[in-house]
Amino acid sequence: MDVLLQQVLNGLTLGGIYGLVALGLTLVYGILHVPNFAHGAFYMVGAFVAFHAMNAWGLGYWLAMLVAAGVVAAMAVVSERLVFTPLRNASGIHPMVAAIGVLLFLEAAAQALWGADFQRMQTPYTSIIDLGGVTAPAQRLLIIAAAFALMVALHLFLTRTVVGSTIIAMAQNRDGASIVGIDAQRVAMLTFAISGVLAAVAATLYAPINLVYPAMGHLVITKAFVIIILGGMGSIPGAIVGGLIIGFAESFGAYYISTDYKDIIAFVLLVVILSMRPEGLFAKRGR
Amino acid sequence: MQAFIDSKLAWGLLLAASLAFPWVAGNDYHLTVMSTAYIFAIATLGLNLITGYTGQLNLAHAGFMAVGAYTVGILTVDHGWSFWAAFPMAGVVNVVLGYGVGLLSLRLKGHFFAIFTLCVGYIMFLIIEKWEGLTHGTVGIMGIPAPEPIGAISFESPLALYYLTLGFLVLAVWAMRRIVKSLLGRTFIAIRNSDELAEALGINLMRNKTLAFMLSVFYAGMAGGLYAGFVRFIGPDLAGTHHTFDMMIFMIVGGLGTVLGPLLGAIGMPWLTQSLQFLQEYRFIVFGPILVALVIFLPHGIVGSFLAWRARRAAKEGRPHAQD
Amino acid sequence: MLKIEHLTKRFGGLAAVNDVSTVIEAGKINAIIGPNGAGKTTFFNLISSMHKPTSGTITFNGRDVTSLRPDQVAQLGVARTFQATSLFDKASVLDNLIVGHRLRTRSGLWDVLRGSSRLREEERVCREKARDALDFVGLSHIAHRLAGDITQEERKRVAFALALATDPQLLLLDEPAGGVNPEETEGLAQLIRKFVRHGMTVALIEHKMGMIMSLADKILVLSYGEKIAEGTPDEIRRNPAVIDAYLGSEHAEV
Repeated sequence: MDVLLQQVLNGLTLGGIYGLVALGLTLVYGILHVPNFAHGAFYMVGAFVAFHAMNAWGLGYWLAMLVAAGVVAAMAVVSERLVFTPLRNASGIHPMVAAIGVLLFLEAAAQALWGADFQRMQTPYTSIIDLGGVTAPAQRLLIIAAAFALMVALHLFLTRTVVGSTIIAMAQNRDGASIVGIDAQRVAMLTFAISGVLAAVAATLYAPINLVYPAMGHLVITKAFVIIILGGMGSIPGAIVGGLIIGFAESFGAYYISTDYKDIIAFVLLVVILSMRPEGLFAKRGR
Repeated sequence: MQAFIDSKLAWGLLLAASLAFPWVAGNDYHLTVMSTAYIFAIATLGLNLITGYTGQLNLAHAGFMAVGAYTVGILTVDHGWSFWAAFPMAGVVNVVLGYGVGLLSLRLKGHFFAIFTLCVGYIMFLIIEKWEGLTHGTVGIMGIPAPEPIGAISFESPLALYYLTLGFLVLAVWAMRRIVKSLLGRTFIAIRNSDELAEALGINLMRNKTLAFMLSVFYAGMAGGLYAGFVRFIGPDLAGTHHTFDMMIFMIVGGLGTVLGPLLGAIGMPWLTQSLQFLQEYRFIVFGPILVALVIFLPHGIVGSFLAWRARRAAKEGRPHAQD
Repeated sequence: MLKIEHLTKRFGGLAAVNDVSTVIEAGKINAIIGPNGAGKTTFFNLISSMHKPTSGTITFNGRDVTSLRPDQVAQLGVARTFQATSLFDKASVLDNLIVGHRLRTRSGLWDVLRGSSRLREEERVCREKARDALDFVGLSHIAHRLAGDITQEERKRVAFALALATDPQLLLLDEPAGGVNPEETEGLAQLIRKFVRHGMTVALIEHKMGMIMSLADKILVLSYGEKIAEGTPDEIRRNPAVIDAYLGSEHAEV
């Protein structure tokens, strides 16, 4: 029973992180209809900026996270302006290739600045809490709490504020939204900024129990893609639920099946599902 | 007529230059760099077929190349096969694997296909890394034999290996040009232009996409097999996405939808990084933005844009011209 | 030629096309019109086999083609154009058309690698068909111009040429005169009449009422996914249900 609860805790932790990353990815895909392959790099830069802020500038954990969120949000907006907007009418593989170009640049830059080695990020939350037999590192509880709090905040922002509703409008019907006077450009920038914040926060939350290194975004981003395809491209509940599903599948799979191959679980799921339904699980019906 | 001569002349010159290269090269190191470039050029040609000509971005390409390399490595080192017996198997295994993966993935449109192959590539990397019983895991496979001598020609020296890889590259280019200039190549291009339109023209999408995919991974597999016999040591790293991205850059710089473009890209870019030694580790700091700029401003690559400019000129003068 | 019986297409709970039955008559110009949202495009996609109907049958020359793929239907002689034609902009117009006859060829990879005589012959035929098609639509003079450099009207003609190169019996034209001026529209209309003179059948969707009224032999009117009228231009012009359908919704251009 304790083991089960332990895995549940792990599943929630992973699910929270994956959900945050997938959320950022799905928001951008919903607006721009381009898979942002550079999202993993946003994630990675977030962790490095926070790491740098804590180590080189002596900032506290939360402040560093804030700084990271700001920096990555700015970076995301810049890439939106320089890369994705010029390509918004291009078809075929070009927008994807450009996203990969951004990814490669950011990874190489991070490696140049901080080296390729694995770094440890310190966290003030090193205590272990005993929840009736289940060892719960405080950081994990923090991740769960922060991730879901952020998701709730995002949901409220999107549904309860005017600005947020413009994003939803754009995602549903870009042309209709612009007819009504919504500035597509500003919404695009805002969406990218939000996706950057989500990535940076997720990375900073997760880094203390993982490691910080330039390639850290690879696995997370590929799984995030799996999540949004399964949960529906552009679907926010899909990203959150999908994140939880993958999170649980991985933590249970790692324990009961094999730790070596746990990373494959998400991809095998994707292969199986896309083979049966090539449009994804929640595709909008065509004309 | 003039254009015909242009085309043949250009290729003839390239061939002559490559045959003469060892005398210009100066030392064995340069020969090795060039030979490696040739091997990746073969793989890049394969990628160009599925991505440049058929419009499907296959992000698992390096994974397939690794499968080819590991086929040779496992058969020779673990099962005592000779290199020349194992080498064709690299292609065979890949074609079979490509058929299976193709069936699963080629029904997916655009983005989904790219993402799916990204995942497939990762699965391949992970399996190679973890399945120690088969692949020796992270240690990799060492001591792969060099290609056995054919008649009096032995393949131990860098010079011999240079001509061997060049020979395969010439064969690969010849076959690829045949394919892309034919009705089959036109079929692939039609699919790239628009799935719907191609279908309306009576083209069976799945059959043709699968064929293009199988051909492209065949090229990757043979390149991988060559790589194994050439470098004689392989590791899971060969399946890493950075190799796929490298080849993607060669292709885009050179120009999608041509054979010459990716070929020149695959040969020229490694030399560029070589000469800028400090760049090697951090080459993507430069190549990343270059890739973005190319895609925005010069989407048909250097060779592609040149060929289009030349075609436009020919059109103005009212004469037909050869493509590539 | 093309018999459509009780064709229905539902998306979720909504019927975009509801129990439509009609016949595309051989040797005639059949037009499909209707106010915006009438389901014309869905209907068109159904009869060109791009979508599978929820129920109903489509019969082509006596053969049930309801569950066939678009490429199979093209093999049988049904060609289709699109509102926007994707061409390889960096290749010549003629080059783009050669693949149009591909469906009638049999060469495969083995032929290509061998450089077989069958391949050479088939490529010759395809090139010839492309030239003929280009000639038919009156664009021989731009055969070597880059496809990216031609005008919108020329692009429409190239789309026709592509369809022609497949040696079709039936041509399905999706808004063939979209985005061209009145003079060019008349030119395209004459081209469409030429198709019929040469023994082909045409079915098209159009919004330009003036063009349709003088061009079509038979008109099918759809509204809210249902057939509300069918007949000659004169009959349609006087049909109260049709007039009613158009008044109060967006008017088509005249």
